[in-house]
Order: sequence, then C-alpha cells, then structure tokens
Amino acid sequence: MSVPMVKAEGVRKSFGSVEVLSGIDLEVARREVFCLIGPSGSGKSTFLRCINHLEQVNAGRLYVDGELVGYRQKGEKLYELRDREVCAKRSEIGMVFQHFNLFPHKTALGNVIEAPIQVKGESKSVVIERGKKLLDRVGLGSKHDAYPRQLSGGQQQRVAIARALAMEPKLMLFDEPTSALDPELVGEVLDVMRGLAEDGMTMVVVTHEMGFAREVGDAVVFMDGGVIVESGSPREMLTNPQHERTKSFLSKVL
Amino acid sequence: MDKVSPAVGTESGQSAGSAPVVAVPVRHPGRWVSAVLIVVLIAMLVNGLVTNPNFQWAVVKQWFFSEPILKGLVVTLELTVIAMFIGVVLGVVLAVMRLSTNPIVSGASWVYIWFFRGTPVLVQLLIWFNLAALYSVVSLGIPFGPEFVTFNTNNLIAPLVAAILGLGLNEAAYMSEIIRAGILSVDQGQTEAAQALGMSRLKTMRRIVLPQAMRVVVPPTGNETISMLKTTSLASVIAVTELLYAAQIIYGRTFQTIPLLIVAVIWYLILTSILSGGQFYVERYFARGSVRTMPLTPIQKLRRRFGGAPLPPAREAPAPNLEGIR
Repeated sequence: MSVPMVKAEGVRKSFGSVEVLSGIDLEVARREVFCLIGPSGSGKSTFLRCINHLEQVNAGRLYVDGELVGYRQKGEKLYELRDREVCAKRSEIGMVFQHFNLFPHKTALGNVIEAPIQVKGESKSVVIERGKKLLDRVGLGSKHDAYPRQLSGGQQQRVAIARALAMEPKLMLFDEPTSALDPELVGEVLDVMRGLAEDGMTMVVVTHEMGFAREVGDAVVFMDGGVIVESGSPREMLTNPQHERTKSFLSKVL
Repeated sequence: MDKVSPAVGTESGQSAGSAPVVAVPVRHPGRWVSAVLIVVLIAMLVNGLVTNPNFQWAVVKQWFFSEPILKGLVVTLELTVIAMFIGVVLGVVLAVMRLSTNPIVSGASWVYIWFFRGTPVLVQLLIWFNLAALYSVVSLGIPFGPEFVTFNTNNLIAPLVAAILGLGLNEAAYMSEIIRAGILSVDQGQTEAAQALGMSRLKTMRRIVLPQAMRVVVPPTGNETISMLKTTSLASVIAVTELLYAAQIIYGRTFQTIPLLIVAVIWYLILTSILSGGQFYVERYFARGSVRTMPLTPIQKLRRRFGGAPLPPAREAPAPNLEGIR
C-alpha cells in the first residue's frame, strides 16, 4: 500500500487557552476527494491550514506525502524547518481560500503566473503558455487581462483555482471555496472542482455543499468541537448518519 | 407629451403615468453674493500687485533666469530628490523593522522614529553641520578594534552633505510611519495566499504587499515630497546655496529684498505645481486593479470635451467587460 497523501495522528491546536483541535486522526489516500464538514468553529478550517503549515500544530504528528509538516525528526527530537524549506513544501500544495485572496494589482493571468516564475524560477514564456491553458480550462479563456475587481465572485474563485494549479501541486486544499459566492455562482466553481477530481487530483475540501460531498467525495468527516464525530463514505453518512450530533447538523443543512 | 426633453423620462416608457419632470430650480442668491465678493477681493489683490511699485517687477524679471538663481534651483532639486530617496529607502527598512517580531529590531526602529520625529529638523541640520565639534574624525574599522580608514569630519561633512543627511534621515522617520500604515492596510489574506503558494517572506513583501501598500503610501508621499521641496530652504541656514540662499546672497548685496524673495516664491510655486501634477499620474498608476475604471487624465478630459475622437482605452486598465460584473 502506498503512503497516504495526508496523515494526521492526534493533531492538537490551541489559540491561547482555547483548544480548537483536540486530537484529530485521519488519512487521505492519493487521488481521493476528502470532505470535511461541520458547524463553524468546529476546527475544520484550522485543520486544513495546519496541512500547509499556515498554522503550527501544538501536539500530535501531521504528515504530507509521508513527510512531517513543518518539522524534521531526528531520533526523538523535532527540529523546526527553515523558512526556505517550509516554502518549498508549501509550493507543492495548492490552496483555495473562502475569500479568493487574488492579488488585486495583477491581472488574472498575472495572478496565475506569479508563483511559478517567482518560486519555481520557471521561464516566463513557458509559464504564460501554461497559465493561458489553465485559465481556458476553468472557463476564463477570454478574461486573461481582466483584473480581479472586474470579475464576478465565481470567476475570481476559478482564477484562484487556476493560480493554485499553476504550481502543479500534488495536493489541493479548499477552504469553503463557495461560501462567499452568490448561490447562482456556486455551480460554476463546483464544476471546476468536479473536473479536477475526475483528473485524479487529491483534494481536501472544507465545505457546506452536501450535494458536492455526496457526488464527488470519496470520504467525508464530520467535525464538531475540535474532534471527529463521525467519518465514512459520503453516501452512507449523509443519508444515514449514526451519531446524534451528525443527525441534527445534517437535518439543518440538507 | 410633446414637451418631453430628451434627457428626462425617455427610459421609463411612454405610459401616461410617467410625465416628465419640468420644475423651476431652487434659486441660490447666497452663491451670487459670495461670488461677487470674491471677485472684488481678487480685483483688489491684482490691482495691488500691478500698481504697487515696491514689488519692482522689473527686478524680478531681471533676476528670474539669472545664473545664481538657476544654480540655486538645481541645488534645491538635488537636495529634494536625494533626501526623499534616502527617506523612502530608509523608511521602508524602518517600517519593516518596526513590524518585525524581534523586539530589539522593532525597538530600534521605534527609538529612531522617536528621536528624529521628536526634534526639529533645523536643530538636526545644525548638529550635522557642526558634527566636527563632536567627533573630529570618522573612522571605518572593527567595532572597539583596529581602524582602517580615518576621515577628517570637516572634510567629510561639507554643508551639502550635512543638509542631505539632516533632511534625509529626518524624512525617513516620517516615511517609515507612512509606509507602515500602507503595509498594515493590505489584507492579511494576501500574505496568506502568497505564503500558500510557497513565496518567501521577502518575496511576499516585495511582490505582493508593498505594491498594494503603494496605493495608500503614494498620496502622503507626494505631500512629503512637496513639503521637502520647501523644507530644503532651511539648508540656507547652514550655507548651502539652494534657491532661497542664492536669493539671499543677491539681496544682501543689492538690498532688493522683496523682488528676490518673489523670484524664490514663484520658482517654489512652479516646482510644487509640477510635483502635484506628477503625483496625479503616479497615483493613477498604482490604482490599477483597485478601481473598475481609471480616472481620466486632464488631456483625456480635454479630448472628451472638445474633440469628437473616441478615447483610446487606458493602457493600465482595460475597459471592464460588463458581462462579468454582477
């Protein structure tokens, strides 16, 4: 059996005296679409941000592709990774944010080509070619020169996905990618994500879109109060939840 | 319905319920009174300028393009550019230091700003000018160890160097606060997005945060530059022959004080006007992406008003494709 793409063992995280994650254990297999659902404040976004070390875990171990996140282990001792090493690891993981976080001073294409040129040092002409293809793929072939502010929310989020894909990541993290969108625009973003899943991208998705989780998800985890309450295949869990808390949550969102 | 003016009520259809609004506008007598008052005051001012012989316009004209004045003008410009350059570069460094998590580094920046903002720039200029009295030689070497090169302070700190140091270092304190405000104005999500893409702290700052901070930084920096242009006149106190001192040297000899001060005033006004114009274009450049349509340049406005030719789309901001905006 191959190494899981993401593996968490007893991951804990506190902000001050508030414990947000109280021991998370899970595994995300390669080419899997892994959905995290749960009420706000349940720690799902925090867990996602731990995966690319935007937040540091306080206890437990978190592995991406078999390698410890943010630290190097020698014997019993942990050594913090240098900035450069953290950056190198992050560059292999794509992330899509709830509020898009596109660079407003750059065009759609400028957003997409920024990191491959600046971080990977690829040649500009190669990256521009790839960037244009990616924008075509997310359905924005005619918007290369548009600035983010000239695009709708759904279009911005699709640029953000193209921007993450331009780094050719092995893992994609989605932090409530459709929560800030008008209901009418949710579909276009989910379509792009569905296409990605079909191409075999490993994805960890924090979402409130139960329909997406059921159709596209390979595994789903319900979190509440910093712990995993229930996990399983989306079809079973979303239609026939076992746990009381899951039942009450699903009855409200479905 | 035959009196419908073309500007009103054409969009809402021709139904009987949508009669055009034809109303008597409100009168504003106060506006007329104040306008007349101001016109009279202006007329008095102009009359005074023209008829009072003490202005000695002939003398103003005689010296306006004279060599000493033009040389002083060049020194004023040099001082402004170099001092602002030092101010901006050092200001960026101080602002980044101030935002550092290392307490010694941010503390050092705080102390610098505290000192240079807390003392008058004139006093600072005098101290730099008289530095030789404090340290007679300046040496390069290992701290507390051997010295490699030694300079005589009086040779090193000529009046112009003292002025550049005094104005530039003082400006850095103000610029750092302006730049810090700019950095803080950029959304935290921008840094996160850049970091998630694997960009280092330095690249994130240089490529993502600072360009966006510029939009907030540019307007006050324009003010600082204009203010600096005028503050350079303080260097006259330490015998730097800039515009004001050049004028003073002449009227010290000819006693034509007012006309020469007027020469300086007109030159300062010309320079600050040019700077204000430049500020508009710089602001416009850094606004790209943050507004949907660019403000028109004065030339574009003129063309729109008088020329029939359609405007070329502004290069920095392609015309927004409206189908994408909701």
